[in-house]
Amino acid sequence: MKLRVVVTLKPGVLDPQGKAIQHALGSLGFDGVADVRAGKIFELDVAEGTSDAAIGEMCEKLLANTVIENYRIEHVA
Amino acid sequence: MKSAVIVFPGSNCDRDVAVAIEAVTGTAPAMVWHGESELPAGTDLIALPGGFSYGDYLRCGAIAARSAVVKSVVAAAERGVPVIGICNGFQILTEIGLLPGALMRNKRLDFVCRDVDLTVVSSQSIFTSGYDAGETIRIPVAHHDGNYFADEATLDRLEGEGRVAFRYAEDVNGSARGIAGLLNDRGNVLGMMPHPERRIEDAHGGADGRRLFEGLVKAVA
Repeated sequence: MKLRVVVTLKPGVLDPQGKAIQHALGSLGFDGVADVRAGKIFELDVAEGTSDAAIGEMCEKLLANTVIENYRIEHVA
Repeated sequence: MKSAVIVFPGSNCDRDVAVAIEAVTGTAPAMVWHGESELPAGTDLIALPGGFSYGDYLRCGAIAARSAVVKSVVAAAERGVPVIGICNGFQILTEIGLLPGALMRNKRLDFVCRDVDLTVVSSQSIFTSGYDAGETIRIPVAHHDGNYFADEATLDRLEGEGRVAFRYAEDVNGSARGIAGLLNDRGNVLGMMPHPERRIEDAHGGADGRRLFEGLVKAVA
C-alpha cells in the first residue's frame, strides 16, 4: 500500500527557507509570489491493511514534529 | 560524580564535554553508545553532546531522540537526575519532549559560529548557580538550527515559571524571546545552544563555561 505523507509548517511558524525561496523567485523575475512555504514529502510503502491509526502514529511519533508541523496522509495506491 | 555522555552517530562534541566534566569533577564520564538500553548504575549526571546526530536527517535530533538509550535517559530525568543537552543535545531534548518547543533553522539561514554574549536570567537552578542573575557571560555558538520556537502561551508560561536559563544579549538566530537555554519544569533538565564545554580554561579564550559545571557539581553534591 503506497502512501504519501505531506508535512508542512503550521501557519504562523516562520519559514526562513520559504522566504529565501520566495526572494530567489523574485530575483528570477517572477513577480507576484506572495508567499512560499517549504515542506517535506515522504513516500511510504506499507503492508496492506496497515490501519489508519498506525499510519497516524507514524506521523505523530516521527515523521512530523507536531509542535511546529502539520501532516496530511494521501493514499496513492 | 558518576556522569555519562551519550554518544550518537554524528556526535562531535562528546569528547569536549567529557573533558570538561572530567576537568571539573575529577572523574571521566562513561561514554554511552546510543544503542545501549541501560545507563551505568548510579549515573548522577547525563550529558547529550553537540554534533550532527544522524546527519540531521529528518529534523535535527529527531532520529537520535528515538534511540534505545533514550528510554533510560527519560527515566533518569524523571527520577531527578540532572540532564544537560548542548546544541544538538538541546535539539534532541525537544524532540524527546523533555523540553517544550522546537529548534528551527536560523532566521537568516546562516550557520552561526562565533562567541556570543549571554545573559544569565536566573541563578536559581542547579545549572546556573555558579553565575549571578543578570550577569553577562561569553560562550561560543556553532549551529544552523538554533532558532527557538514555541507558541506565545508556552513562552509566557516558561518565562512566568522562571524556566529561561540563558538569553542571547543580541539577536543571534531569531530565537523567540532570545532564548538560548531552557529548563524543564522540575529544573533538572537544561537544554542550551551555546557550548559551555568550549570555555573551560583561559586557553580557550575564557572560562565562563566552566562555572556552569562547577556550579552544577556544587549544587548536586
